[in-house]
Amino acid sequence: MADFRDLFTRLGGEIRVINLGLESFAETLEAMGVPVLHVQWSPPAGGDPERARLLSLLDDEDGS
Amino acid sequence: MTTRTTFKRSFYQDSVALMGLARELRTGAGVREAAALMGTPANLALMAEAGLLTDEARAAGPNDLVIVVSAESAGEADAALARAESLLTARRARVEASGRRLPRTLDSAARQLEGANLALISVPGAFAAAEARKALRRGLHVMLFSDNVRLEDEIALKRFAVARGLLLMGPDCGTAYLNGVPLGFANAVPRGRIGLVAASGTGLQQVVTLLAAAGEGVSQAVGVGGRDMSEPVAAAMTLAALDALGADPSTELIVVVGKPPAPAVRASVEARLRALGKPAVVAMLGREIATGSAGPLTTVATLEDAAAAAVARRAGRAFQPRAFSDVATARHRVKEYRAARGPGAAAVRGLYAGGTLAYEALLILEPLLGAGAVGGNLGGHGGGPHRVLDLGADEFTVGRAHPMLDAALRVEEIGRAAKEPDTAVLLVDVVLGHGAAPDPAGDIAPALEAARRGRRGLAVVASVVGTAADPQALAAQTARLEAAGAWVLPSNAQAARAAACIAGEARVAEALLAGGGA
Repeated sequence: MADFRDLFTRLGGEIRVINLGLESFAETLEAMGVPVLHVQWSPPAGGDPERARLLSLLDDEDGS
Repeated sequence: MTTRTTFKRSFYQDSVALMGLARELRTGAGVREAAALMGTPANLALMAEAGLLTDEARAAGPNDLVIVVSAESAGEADAALARAESLLTARRARVEASGRRLPRTLDSAARQLEGANLALISVPGAFAAAEARKALRRGLHVMLFSDNVRLEDEIALKRFAVARGLLLMGPDCGTAYLNGVPLGFANAVPRGRIGLVAASGTGLQQVVTLLAAAGEGVSQAVGVGGRDMSEPVAAAMTLAALDALGADPSTELIVVVGKPPAPAVRASVEARLRALGKPAVVAMLGREIATGSAGPLTTVATLEDAAAAAVARRAGRAFQPRAFSDVATARHRVKEYRAARGPGAAAVRGLYAGGTLAYEALLILEPLLGAGAVGGNLGGHGGGPHRVLDLGADEFTVGRAHPMLDAALRVEEIGRAAKEPDTAVLLVDVVLGHGAAPDPAGDIAPALEAARRGRRGLAVVASVVGTAADPQALAAQTARLEAAGAWVLPSNAQAARAAACIAGEARVAEALLAGGGA
């Protein structure tokens, strides 16, 4: 287990958010002045969850 | 009547945007029903059930947006579809006018947003674990708002996160506060000295809003998801969050909110809490909880007591749980309501938007009304006559938005319960904050008014989870409910007790309202 004692120090003063899914969450953060980037997400692998899962595991093997 | 369909290929929209679109379309002239859904097999099945699956819609795929409108006339249905088209075009034009080019994947977003440190993920559950994995690999902390993530995925994601010193909050994490930023469904609360770890979003909301009312603020609040303290997940994220809060100089007291964990997990959480050297309050929402203080730990059984015990501890006072904050008013109102009760009306109907609030109400009502006497959909022991429904449970939300966003289902249930002759009390929660509906009290108030008009002596008992600084404003939402005839109490626990005092046997009210600070 990594050390979590310095978690909030590592997070620094600013939370910078990538938002995937409900766009309203990004709009709320933006209105509060929180740096946020909303992803124009759509279901990968043609909307097939099992294929999407396999693709994400393949990425793991690339070590990327 | 005419039903018309349109669908737009490869036009993914999130569920909140779709709900807003459908709601807008339903206000059109002559429109009886409107649905805007992505063409997943589950959604197509729902549309078939509702008799809305036209031949055109049948051909839709999961990334295709399907809009179906039923209207009095063909002209009105066509007008509604045209309106949908213009709303979607306007939305797209707004994004383009802002000059931004939104990334289409998490990886490209991480390249664009320099210093990104958190991914807030609320995509459909079936895809959520894969996105969370990508985010963790990029070194991002993750708040996983999505539900319906498989347990084995949760375990693997948390193992991966813990090994890298990253937070994996969730799945089904509704609320968190990191460095003063409210994430997900969150109330506007001040920053302060109390750090929280919560297995429940609405539970966390109730505690932080009550802390705010007492002048206390939040240093950090980590959501861990409802299963974190289960045996297979073994409190992986709770323990990590406790280490972080223990070392955080701005956190002076720690509050943990959850259901009673497996014994081995409970032992490890309590041992970690003792080792941190900070005072801590543990709210265990469960049956037969041994409450009290031992060393730095205070164990309580309700969300309100968690906030009250934390406030007392910080003020150097002993904590005394209390049934009502204003006993004199409670005594007076209970007497009035009991006198007005119709013949045969002796049942509580809890109709909840917040899952943990519903569960807390069940736990409070059971010993007061009889363990076998409270039914509902939360694993209550009994089949009635009393009932507590969590309307945000999966069985109610398939293909529709959560009741914290869309009140339609609760409005129906209020109408249904008011028609049952044995209903004495409608017990409801209203949850405010970022992410919640713009006017949740106003959404249900007309149904509550109608219920009271149709049934003499029917009591409506409510609580509002919110703060003055919330976008909906606590005072205004409370006033709206009161104008609809509701008795609004300062917490869900007090509301549940008030309901039991009104509907239960006389001895319940006598016991809860005896003595104590009139």
